[in-house]
Amino acid sequence: MVEVKNLTKYYGNIKAVDDISFTVETGEILGFLGPNGAGKSTTMNMITGYLSSTSGTVTIDGSEILDDPKKAKSKIGYLPEIPPLYIEMTVRKYLEFMFDLKKVKLPKKEHIEEVMRLVHISEQSERIIKHLSKGYRQRVGFAQALLGNPPVIILDEPTVGLDPKQIIEIRNLIKSLGKKHTVIFSSHVLSEVSEICDRIIVISEGKIAADAKTDELSTQVLGNQKLAVQIEGNSSDIIAAIKKIPAVVRVIKTGEQNDAGKYMIEYDKDSNIRRDVFNAMVRINCAILDMQSGNETLEDLFLRLTSGTVKSSAGGK
Amino acid sequence: MSAILKRELSSYFNSAIAYVVFAAYFFFSGLFFHTYCVLFNSTSLSYVYADMMMIILFIVPIITMKTFADEKYQKTDQALLTSPVSLFQIVMGKYMGAFVMYAMCSCIFLLYAIVISFFAVPEWSVIICTFIGLLLFGAALVAIDIFISSLTESTIVAAIVSMAVNLVIYMMTSFANIISIDWISWIIEKINFATYYDAFKYGLLNITDIVFFLSVAGLFIFFTVRVLEKRRWS
Repeated sequence: MVEVKNLTKYYGNIKAVDDISFTVETGEILGFLGPNGAGKSTTMNMITGYLSSTSGTVTIDGSEILDDPKKAKSKIGYLPEIPPLYIEMTVRKYLEFMFDLKKVKLPKKEHIEEVMRLVHISEQSERIIKHLSKGYRQRVGFAQALLGNPPVIILDEPTVGLDPKQIIEIRNLIKSLGKKHTVIFSSHVLSEVSEICDRIIVISEGKIAADAKTDELSTQVLGNQKLAVQIEGNSSDIIAAIKKIPAVVRVIKTGEQNDAGKYMIEYDKDSNIRRDVFNAMVRINCAILDMQSGNETLEDLFLRLTSGTVKSSAGGK
Repeated sequence: MSAILKRELSSYFNSAIAYVVFAAYFFFSGLFFHTYCVLFNSTSLSYVYADMMMIILFIVPIITMKTFADEKYQKTDQALLTSPVSLFQIVMGKYMGAFVMYAMCSCIFLLYAIVISFFAVPEWSVIICTFIGLLLFGAALVAIDIFISSLTESTIVAAIVSMAVNLVIYMMTSFANIISIDWISWIIEKINFATYYDAFKYGLLNITDIVFFLSVAGLFIFFTVRVLEKRRWS
């Protein structure tokens, strides 16, 4: 549905986006993750045709954004980081204007009502946008992106500045949109991206640092899985016993607490060694006091990816 | 384009701009009409038209200052530029909105002519021709001032620069007179708005004059499109 190929953007001499390529299929929710200034907004602005790329192409459902802009743009609903609202208009008048601007062919009144219902702003329809709170303004921006039911919806940090209840509502809305539309949305909040998205692209310094399915991201990027255990008994015996398990790559003792040693076991990502560890410890008569996944959380991973300490093995899908 | 035109007009009337512009235009034209026609017992609107030119130089920037500068400042240009509308259509929508505002103001002259017709026979050919000239003069000024608005993010800067530029355009005849280098005064003469506006004042409709003002308008609309285009590439 959306195909981005070798997209590059220079601002003067500064390379803001560096040779980014990816494809998003229909019905997929793609999360765009990266610290501030990583190139998320620039990339989205290029996908929507607001900015032109220095080189590379963006194709929306077969139409190239620079060669056939009208057709390509008519397939995109875009909510920029700052919602493009004419604050002196009422919500309804604004949506009517956007409806006409986008040349939507649906019945006007019914469609606007439906969109307002979807984002819960029907009660605010006659209010002037200037007088609305940040949360409501964000929803009006959301509503204009949904006008005409475009197949591709692009949202640039849609939950910034909202209260927790509104964030949950917007997240649910994005999830429900993902059933029918292709959604690309950016955020620097990891929990949000991992909760909503099927797939995550991590951008750092204008480059794709990782591109993977949400649940596979950590294993793909890190290569091996980790297990953190706490075991009572002689350290050298325990380490020797664990090393005998075929899938184990490495064992290190990380500390000691109440006569029980703490160990970090690194093992092959395709296997599951918890039962083997248990059996091995039973054989040498050492009690396992604690066992948990030692995989890094997405937060740790994100920090490492964007600070450049990990080179992704999953980049460039 | 019609959607943008409609929004432009409604934004003038939803803010104070339309009312301030109308008030200023009607106040000064009314004052001049009273002085030249009522007090001096004249049926000619020529002096009223002539003095209003000076006022128009300051009124057009008020109409055009927000067109692109404010869109850029409020980031609403993102909605326009990512919608399935060409840059030319966006510029034309805004241009037409500003021009319609200007034309609405100018229509007050027709009302003055009708008032005169109750007491004497006005010189309709002169009044209508000058009115057409005034519209064409405005069409060119609006295009120039919209272009200036597209260059900045600040409506105040847009307004002040536009007023300065309009004043320079107005004073070109004086410039031509004080410059002694022949070829420069020849160029100034050729691009001087007054050169082309004069015939309208005498009730003459010359195709050259009409083409001149329409060309200036077209040229600056084209420049504005280029400015928007360039912004996407930089």
